[in-house]
Amino acid sequence: MAQASGGTVLEVEGITKAFPGVVANDDVSLTLNQGEIHCLLGENGAGKSTLVNMVFGLYRPDQGTIKVRGEEVHFEDSGDAIARGIGMVHQHFQLIPVFTVAENIILGNEVTKGAFLDLDTARRQIDALAERYGLAVDPDATVGELSVGEQQRVELVKALFRDADILILDEPTAVLTPGEVDDFFGVVESLTGQGKSIIFITHKLREVLAVADRITVLRSGRVVGTTTAEGATQQSLANLMVGRDVVFRVDKAEADPGAPVVRVQGLRSQDDRGVETVTGLDVEVRAGEIFGIAGVEGNGQRELVETICGMRPATGGRVEMLGQETTHWTPRKIHELGVAHVPENRSKHGVVAQYTVADNLVLNRYHHRQFSQRGVRNAAAINAEAEELVEQFDVRTPGVDATIDTLSGGNQQKVIVARELTGDLKALIVAQPTRGLDVGSIEFIHRKIIELRDQGVAVLLVSAELDEIMSLSDRIGVLYRGRLAGTVDAADATREELGLLMATGSAEGQS
Amino acid sequence: MTTVEHAVGASGASERVGLSRQTVTGLVFGVLGVALIAGVAPAISGTSRRFNFEPPPDPAGIGFHPPTWVIAIGVLFLVAAVLGFAPPDARRYASPARLLSAIALIPLVLVLSLALSDNPSTNIINLFNESLVLATPLALGATTGLWCERSGIINIGIEGTMLAGAGIGYMTYATIGDAQSTGWLWFSILISVLAGGLVASLLAVLSIRFGVNQIVAGVVINLFALGLTGFLRSEVIVKTGITTGVGTSEFGLPLLSEIPVIGDQLFRGKPIYWMMYLVVIGTWLVMFRTPWGLRVRSCGENPHAAETLGVNVIRIRYQSVILGGLIAGLAGAWFSMESQTRFEDNMTNAAGFIALAALIFGKWTPWGAFGGALLFGFSRALGTRLQFLGVEVSGFEIPSEFLQALPFVVTLVVVAGAVGRSIPPAAAGQPFQRSK
Repeated sequence: MAQASGGTVLEVEGITKAFPGVVANDDVSLTLNQGEIHCLLGENGAGKSTLVNMVFGLYRPDQGTIKVRGEEVHFEDSGDAIARGIGMVHQHFQLIPVFTVAENIILGNEVTKGAFLDLDTARRQIDALAERYGLAVDPDATVGELSVGEQQRVELVKALFRDADILILDEPTAVLTPGEVDDFFGVVESLTGQGKSIIFITHKLREVLAVADRITVLRSGRVVGTTTAEGATQQSLANLMVGRDVVFRVDKAEADPGAPVVRVQGLRSQDDRGVETVTGLDVEVRAGEIFGIAGVEGNGQRELVETICGMRPATGGRVEMLGQETTHWTPRKIHELGVAHVPENRSKHGVVAQYTVADNLVLNRYHHRQFSQRGVRNAAAINAEAEELVEQFDVRTPGVDATIDTLSGGNQQKVIVARELTGDLKALIVAQPTRGLDVGSIEFIHRKIIELRDQGVAVLLVSAELDEIMSLSDRIGVLYRGRLAGTVDAADATREELGLLMATGSAEGQS
Repeated sequence: MTTVEHAVGASGASERVGLSRQTVTGLVFGVLGVALIAGVAPAISGTSRRFNFEPPPDPAGIGFHPPTWVIAIGVLFLVAAVLGFAPPDARRYASPARLLSAIALIPLVLVLSLALSDNPSTNIINLFNESLVLATPLALGATTGLWCERSGIINIGIEGTMLAGAGIGYMTYATIGDAQSTGWLWFSILISVLAGGLVASLLAVLSIRFGVNQIVAGVVINLFALGLTGFLRSEVIVKTGITTGVGTSEFGLPLLSEIPVIGDQLFRGKPIYWMMYLVVIGTWLVMFRTPWGLRVRSCGENPHAAETLGVNVIRIRYQSVILGGLIAGLAGAWFSMESQTRFEDNMTNAAGFIALAALIFGKWTPWGAFGGALLFGFSRALGTRLQFLGVEVSGFEIPSEFLQALPFVVTLVVVAGAVGRSIPPAAAGQPFQRSK
């Protein structure tokens, strides 16, 4: 870990920023020393992004001052921030997919020969930077064709190309696979080793403890604590973030599995491009157990879940639920059987963004007698049901008639979970149930899933978070190239064993 | 890395269709090929016809036997169709064969219409030149659209912008130059250009400043220009009493126009025609070779990304839309001071919309858009030529409306079959608001 070696390069003092209805930052102060990695930790909506957007000149503070190397600055736009040596890698990459890597990097800071672009010189400069910081990028590749990890490297080179020595990284690991995360930490340390100072935003506690020199925790727009990494624990940080004691390890009783509920045999299916990504998969989930599916993304998770739920045709094999073959059933028919589905893609398959919270809560039952008579929607019944679910699942919304796209991601997910987990369930298929959620919401959703298991529901859990799989599951299957490479009891599983299976498809290493 | 997910993979939209476009196009060519060889070739007159390269008397040219040509093109179509189902080795020639077949539709139409007409010959070099001339306003209009859409603003108002340029320019010429003096003619062309810029800045304010839906704003521009120029014509132009005038005059390019046979036909032209080439070349250079062009393109693809790099998206969009308007104004001047020297209501006659089609045909690139404009210009020239030739089938003269429409139908087939999917700039049509 790089030691804080120099003086203070950035001072944020008493920053306040209000948006209509919310105070996003309230009297926030922060300092960044040269060569240090300063983690900014907080739940979704705690004001982390607002704060760094002001440091980067995208927002203007209502009150307070920002000093760069001791000099007070007033940024009009991000161009001003860039000129002061500040660079930012946004959570959602700010790249232009149809441009080449070189074009993306030079945009706004073009290298010219006379009146024209000088791409040859730009290429040489990019190669030099890539070499110096260990960020391999191909200047002539089209950005849209790169993997997420590669796109992130392009973002970093973009900032370095502008001579940034203060780097703001907004949730940089959210989109990376475990292997990519390790590579990324290596890059970050080589950056601080060469004198760069980094503000690292995240809500993943493990990462914070792995890379941070100092940690500042934000809650509801205020700084609730600044500490060094030594002496901090995941528990202490989580408590600071959430403002109360967080139950970290999911408490659960021994599973008491019953008869098989979901039985998948030799299943095959294809992705959108017609490539077979589920390649003869067998799995069995019993009543009252949680079967976790781990694996690097892109090994058939999405297609598996969609095929089981009737959203994607099976090209081979069969799916059986509650003793009936459901291979070619429609999603509704499968649902009516008592199978709930929490989809991976929240905005595409989980909610209708322009509908109200109430309508989203009855999307799977709106046609039932209770909610509609002779094709006319019974608003009173729907709203009454919605009020109850909102209460029960602790959805933070201005009201059940607010459109769902005004809610935070965590609350949208709670709406989906509330809808799917209501009714007479026999089986539950959940994909990435807590992706992008904060600690409080994750805890809540995990508790709900365990509760259902204890009531005898068969749960198939697909997640890219190994921690989630390991703490929730009773049995774990590792998905590798469309098949289960191995099934282990959660009680005996180790991170190393699962990691090896995920990476190579074999417990002995290279297959 | 094993991950295959793309965070910003905008271009690879998934296509799930039963029959691919390629297969359908192949089948169409197959059916056409059989029909040509077995049905058309035996039916048409076997008397020799002639493509001339220069005007009479005693023109150079080549004679040909229509059924032979029809069979040759039919065979080409069949080859293209069969290659589509050939083993993978040979199949890679299928795509170029289809493109070649699509292009061959043009000589096919020419050969067939000449074979079905009473005239034994027609001048094709001259037809090509007419196509280029008629492509002038289309290429300029498509370039207007290119600048706007590449910066993220959809411009449906090209038609109206051209019309305003045509009307206001000619009004200036008629009132202060009596439509007679070359000095005032150039001044009036400049006024046309500026009028185009002014109308475009109205579009810019509506869609950039006020975030009005860009399609609606464009329609408003078209209606506004139609009304304004109609009013100016009846209240100002008609009252000057001027009915004829002196427009821009032709000149030949040095050396090139001296080339025997074709030089005089291809390398003589009027000034706005020549300026069209400069505008297309200049657009390509500036848009793809300069920092400003790179920024314009970034605003049309991902304005938020551009903003984080300190690019002033709003300013770039204003500049691009107004630059586009100036070009459309020049296209307007072509109508009222180069092609003809007068102004009529709705003189542009949908050229602005055809220009948009050319832009899409050309996949939002300057040369592609020029190619599209040329194809549509050719369609117009050919439509007129067919009327003169008087095409008859089994003794019935084909109505001129049909003949005028035919080339456009052929164009549609080419666009659908050979050009394929065209992807607009990702942010075109989306209003942009600065972060606060």
